[in-house]
Amino acid sequence: MVGSCMTFSDLEILAALSIRSLPWGGGNLMFPTLKYVYLLHTPSSPPPPAPPITITMSDPTPIKTLIKQGAEAHLYRTTFLTPSHPALLKHRPSKAYRHPILDARLTKHRCLSEARLLVRMRRELDRSRIISVGERGGGGVTVPAVYFVDEARGEIYMEWITGQTLREVLDQALLHTTPLTSSPPACPSTQQDLLYLMTRIGSAIAAMHAVHVIHGDLTTSNIMIRAPPPGAPGDGELVLIDFGLGAVSASDEDMAVDLYVLERAFISTHPRAEEMFKEVLVGYEKGMGKKGAQVMRRLAEVRFRGRKRSMLG
Amino acid sequence: MIALGLEGSANKLGIGLIQHPPGYGRDPTIRAKILSNIRHTFVSPPGTGFLPKDTALHHREWAVKLIKQALKESGVSWRDVDCICYTRGPGMGAPLQSVAVVARMLSMLWNKPLVGVNHCVGHIEMGREITGAENPIVLYVSGGNTQVIAYAEQRYRIFGEALDIAVGNCLDRFARTLNISNDPAPGYNIEQLAKQGKTLLDLPYAVKGMDCSFSGILASIDSLAREHLNPNGTPKNTDPPPSDPPITPSDLCFSLQETLFSMLVETTERAMSHVNSSQVLIVGGVGCNLRLQEMMGIMARDRGGSVYGTDERFCIDNGIMIAHAGLCGFSVGEGVVQVEEAGVTQRFRTDEVWVRWRD
Repeated sequence: MVGSCMTFSDLEILAALSIRSLPWGGGNLMFPTLKYVYLLHTPSSPPPPAPPITITMSDPTPIKTLIKQGAEAHLYRTTFLTPSHPALLKHRPSKAYRHPILDARLTKHRCLSEARLLVRMRRELDRSRIISVGERGGGGVTVPAVYFVDEARGEIYMEWITGQTLREVLDQALLHTTPLTSSPPACPSTQQDLLYLMTRIGSAIAAMHAVHVIHGDLTTSNIMIRAPPPGAPGDGELVLIDFGLGAVSASDEDMAVDLYVLERAFISTHPRAEEMFKEVLVGYEKGMGKKGAQVMRRLAEVRFRGRKRSMLG
Repeated sequence: MIALGLEGSANKLGIGLIQHPPGYGRDPTIRAKILSNIRHTFVSPPGTGFLPKDTALHHREWAVKLIKQALKESGVSWRDVDCICYTRGPGMGAPLQSVAVVARMLSMLWNKPLVGVNHCVGHIEMGREITGAENPIVLYVSGGNTQVIAYAEQRYRIFGEALDIAVGNCLDRFARTLNISNDPAPGYNIEQLAKQGKTLLDLPYAVKGMDCSFSGILASIDSLAREHLNPNGTPKNTDPPPSDPPITPSDLCFSLQETLFSMLVETTERAMSHVNSSQVLIVGGVGCNLRLQEMMGIMARDRGGSVYGTDERFCIDNGIMIAHAGLCGFSVGEGVVQVEEAGVTQRFRTDEVWVRWRD
């Protein structure tokens, strides 16, 4: 889990109070349109009566560190509400080339659609509990929790995930043929562990497709393995990230294309990764039940035509 | 080396003669020399598009006249020509065939080798030659094609493309809805109207990853035109008169362009980010549009890069690009065909061509 400085019930209390009245300090991170605060963990017991709390911010201006700049969005490491609670900020900057009305419409739409998908995934995965716990304890699948959405500014604050991307894990594992001795906690140390991880990834994708969410850009960089707490047994939880191109769909075709995109990403990583991907499909088919075979058939078709159609003049 | 290029995949018949001086390709300071570049366009009446049979007839009527004129302008004799390059595809079947017949005839008459050229590769190579862009992301936008292309390992790889109709086709067909002139080109007249547009209307925005879809936008703008305009194109008088200014054809053209071009710029930016490139080259007939060039320029500038565009001589289908790409291929033996095999194909993907003349 994320830092232990703040629990979700703390967040609830803050939401129950008017956040507008927070002594935020007038830094560059003000929230003028606080419309959507998604609280994803409902407490098991009724919330305690809100005590009159005041928060004194030691550092009123959260520090933003740019960690990645894509074509559409910038990712920052920052904090949320308290300076010790790490968070990821996904910001879609306005595009100067677009008409301002169109720009505002697209930014708003994409922000809300991504946040909705994340929330949908959290809710459904939690409800179905399909693979919330892996066979060896721990190691379910989830998506980052959404903390706050300001669609007018194109900002989503979400949970900071500590761990590695699948790409990093594969790069490390496939570079070493001998078991790693000083591997980070999330990194599987043996060939068997690696294959087991692939099966889990397959079932994680199946769990996503089972709730009719299509990722749209499933690559090895968009699957993370959360570092388990120090000393804890079991495997790190899988976290699917970046639903910027996601959609809701129940069609075999969309699911097959999701798998095809991931397959291409695997192949381009490392020649040996191709056999790894077979394990992903084994886990997927098992996780999908009856529909699994259907999607596999469609995947064969998608592979054959290479996703693209033949071109008319 | 001198090549004659014949292009007729759509409604333009283009004839061009190009020369690659000795050392071309090895020494980057040596540039290709354009000896002549002429074109005749089949223009259909307002409200209609060009049909394959009429277009083929046009090409057959004009081919010999244009070739004679091109040779005369260039000042070279047919004896100096090293190869005859023609468009093998993609394009409309009947017009392609008409021009292929001419190419085969000349090849046998003059006893010169024939080179079949991919139309899209022709656009890309000509754009690179004219602008000097080294290794750009290419946006190829025309009446028949919409592709975002990046070069890798001797292939022009398609990163994104239209899933249904091409962006130029969407513009052309809306020009028919508005009943505006097809002369010099429907897209050009839409561009002029759009300059007066002020109101941006909501249209679908259909980017799917790297790919775009345009047919829904066309259906949507067509129905907006029916809603706001009389059949003769004037704004409808409503009772009571609306408080906002009425929607004009200019507003519709403006909204259509802004939406379509935003989609193109977005997918191009995604491709640039993917392959870490900062140069963009726009080719194809829609590439003449100054608003598209402007939007692309803003995007490229924000990424610290630049945009390369060409004018109508090279953007719009022409014979010189076929001659140029054909000659590039001829120098390494790519695309050279025997007369018996010198056919055409309506489907010919850009990534099918082995670009052996590049590293």
